[in-house]
Amino acid sequence: MLHLLNGPQTMGNGRAFWACACLVLLAALIYPVFADPYDVGNFAYFLIWVFMALGLCLMWGYGGMLSFGQTFFFGIGGYAYGVLSVDLGSAYGMALGNFALAVLLAGVAAAILGYLMIYGRIGGVFFGIVTLAVTLALAYFLGQTAGPEWAIGKARLNGFNGMQGMSPLSLPWFGGDIDLEETPLYYFVLVLLVGTYLALRMLVNARFGNVLVALREDPQRTELLGYDVRRFQFGAFVIGSMLAAVSGVLYTAWGQFITPASIGLPAAAMPIVWVAFSGRSDLTAVLVGTFVLLAAFQTLTIYSEQAALILMGVILIVTVMFVPHGCFVGLGRIAAWLPRRGRTVRRPSAEVG
Amino acid sequence: MFADLFAYFYQFADVFAFLVLSAAGLAVIFGMMGIINMAHGEFIMCGAYATTFAYHAGLPLPLAQACGAIVAGVIGIILEAVLIRPFYSRPLDSLLITWGLSLVVTQGTLIVLGSSMPGIGTPSGGFHIGEYGFSTYRMILFAAALCVLGFIYLLFKRTRFGVHARATMQNAGMAQALGVRRNRIYALTFGVGAALAGLCGALYAPTMTLIPTMGATFIVESFVTVVVGGANVLLGTAPAAVALAITRTALNGLYGQVFGQIGLLLAVVLIIRVLPEGFSGWLAKRAS
Repeated sequence: MLHLLNGPQTMGNGRAFWACACLVLLAALIYPVFADPYDVGNFAYFLIWVFMALGLCLMWGYGGMLSFGQTFFFGIGGYAYGVLSVDLGSAYGMALGNFALAVLLAGVAAAILGYLMIYGRIGGVFFGIVTLAVTLALAYFLGQTAGPEWAIGKARLNGFNGMQGMSPLSLPWFGGDIDLEETPLYYFVLVLLVGTYLALRMLVNARFGNVLVALREDPQRTELLGYDVRRFQFGAFVIGSMLAAVSGVLYTAWGQFITPASIGLPAAAMPIVWVAFSGRSDLTAVLVGTFVLLAAFQTLTIYSEQAALILMGVILIVTVMFVPHGCFVGLGRIAAWLPRRGRTVRRPSAEVG
Repeated sequence: MFADLFAYFYQFADVFAFLVLSAAGLAVIFGMMGIINMAHGEFIMCGAYATTFAYHAGLPLPLAQACGAIVAGVIGIILEAVLIRPFYSRPLDSLLITWGLSLVVTQGTLIVLGSSMPGIGTPSGGFHIGEYGFSTYRMILFAAALCVLGFIYLLFKRTRFGVHARATMQNAGMAQALGVRRNRIYALTFGVGAALAGLCGALYAPTMTLIPTMGATFIVESFVTVVVGGANVLLGTAPAAVALAITRTALNGLYGQVFGQIGLLLAVVLIIRVLPEGFSGWLAKRAS
């Protein structure tokens, strides 16, 4: 299994890369020792969004399906977690159970939508606009649930103001649950993220990922080679959407609130900007790029949210016009090329872009 | 009896007009150029704002609305040359570019013009049939929607420009070899699409609150109409709008606005499961 961590579908397969990755991870692990809890919480907030970016990277970068629906599943995950934690409580590890249930629910929604679209052979631009239409409709629907009749059990949906008062995630432990806030939440998210990243690397370098890349390049040829293209697209769509739901649950647990604004526009455009800017064809690039963009966005938002959003729009336009493969994929290629000058290339140079 | 029937028709006409007017610009650009213009809502907003400015500057409403459409069209032609032209062979990239544009325009308008601006009151006039009262302006919108459909048909079927545009759509290289100026055709087609979007904004400006994000109100309806209509605007848009308007009117009447919108969406997802190429693909297949 572990040999799948390296392969033709991921950049950074050498010893140097893994040494750097270990250093970064080590730095991330000891960071809370030196920073105050508020900053650690903020850091965790950035990491929370990376899941949905990785999910989009899997379906768009590897599978060629441009989904605008990441915030749709983000919203389903977040709201489901909110409703479940208000109704079922979070004692005795139930919080983690709610987490799993919410993500599973988003998975079911993704399976239904994915079945209708992928088995209906909706592709290209239509895939994008159908997912966006569904997303905007969910935001519109949740926005008008202000009345008391919109409640599931004890949980009021609260319309445009959003849900509040759900409990944070907690781990069951001897002598009382540990609430996951600030530093403990940071470690929880970090472990989850590293696990997700490594699992996705293995997935894309396994047969599944290779077929996915093949069908992105040429669906018809892949089909003629005997693969059921739709099954692989469907799989990638469900996995990618569930990762968005992971972000949604963590976001809701982090701030203990969620509003329809994190589903509709302009929120729905953000994952696209992160992934396009970073370079959609590689998981590592998306991981790093998303984090950098989020930190920059947060810094700018303090001064003006509008200006920050304008910058995101400009970044999207400029990236597509001048760096269509993405900035961090470009950096990665340069980094891979520098030490190899003069030496023969050992790996077969599988074209990923 | 007649009054009841007319009331149903009135509601249908209202939804139908909304679908056709909001989708027309998007459908023209998509059908003729294969590009989904994600900034469609912002062209609508632009038309509405320009109309309002012109109206407050003292122009009568119809003239102000014409101004709105023209302003949006001119901006469309300029943007096509600057941003869209390099991406005709990469439709997904043009989708991203226009989405970036939409973000910039919405937030830019928020900064420059603030979160709302004084609107235009809906032209009052109304008429009665039986015991029900109806707004004349809504009927004017319905008539405008029919005119827009007729205009698109005539423009692309009966004029020289239309022949050139359809030739370019079918085979750009061959059309160019025969002397069609491809870039001019693309620029004009995009301009027509943008102007139709602007017209939509201009016509609805008197009926709604003017906010920078108002484009989002139209965008779901315009998307689903285009998706259900399929690639050919001339064949698809009208039947798609009729089918969706009937669905929506029935659901609105039975369960209210919210379920109208959600049911509309469900209907769309089911229709594309059965007819992946939309109504126009289905009609074209039956005809051949």
